[in-house]
Amino acid sequence: MAAELPISCSMVLKTEPSAIVGLCNKILSELQSNRFSQDDVFAVHLAIEEAFINAIKHGNKMDTAKKVKVEYLIAPGKVEISMTDQGEGFDPETVPDPRVGENLYKPEGRGLFLINSYMDVVTFNERGNQVRMVRFKEKPPLTKSQSQTQA
Amino acid sequence: MAAIKPRISVQYAENATIITFTDEKILEERDIQALQKSVMSVVEQAEQINLILDFRNVRFLSSAVLGLLLRVSKKVYEHQGTLKLCNIDPKIYEIFRITRLTKVFDIHKDLESAMSAGGKAAG
Repeated sequence: MAAELPISCSMVLKTEPSAIVGLCNKILSELQSNRFSQDDVFAVHLAIEEAFINAIKHGNKMDTAKKVKVEYLIAPGKVEISMTDQGEGFDPETVPDPRVGENLYKPEGRGLFLINSYMDVVTFNERGNQVRMVRFKEKPPLTKSQSQTQA
Repeated sequence: MAAIKPRISVQYAENATIITFTDEKILEERDIQALQKSVMSVVEQAEQINLILDFRNVRFLSSAVLGLLLRVSKKVYEHQGTLKLCNIDPKIYEIFRITRLTKVFDIHKDLESAMSAGGKAAG
């Protein structure tokens, strides 16, 4: 039986790739129990994996003395996840578009792009060591002005 | 003892070498490195390999796997070979599409079409 929403949780994880597995499975299982679509589950899974790898690799630079704090909230209409590493932070605006020019052939640099593509809201704190990601169960309807702009 | 992951199966057909990824999820960096080593070793052993990577079992992968595929593609190209991908799950195909890697890789619906298609240089 699905737990009553909202569900929120906070955990501190080690800087090692497998540290996210248990928490990720827990979040995905709760999404499935609460009738989030398979597309939502896939998107959140991808975003969690990519954000955690970024946090430990680029943020904590694989320093095992450092940790990653993960917080999540599952509400009836959305899932929200934030990850904070102990690195120096970065400016997401400076990350090149992996789809352009020679970047297309580079083996790295697609994690942040995928997070932005699969999550509805992606924001960073000022320091750039915390990402907050939101995926809505049902997409917010376009406002009248937005739909006119897009038409 | 834990099973060695990720696993691949290699099939040598008349005109192609087919590598099938047997795991449902390909995620962890050390697994991806192991996978890269296995695939590269197959590429290096052949001359002008016509390599087909079969994703029929794969339901989830991370962007690190895309990096692996680009490295394999480069290696195949260096060996004057060809590379095709096939049987990609629609959700995973979407990752290729939005990252525009559908322009880089020769992607086929199934193994049959990959095997019957003409060679297109990798890279």
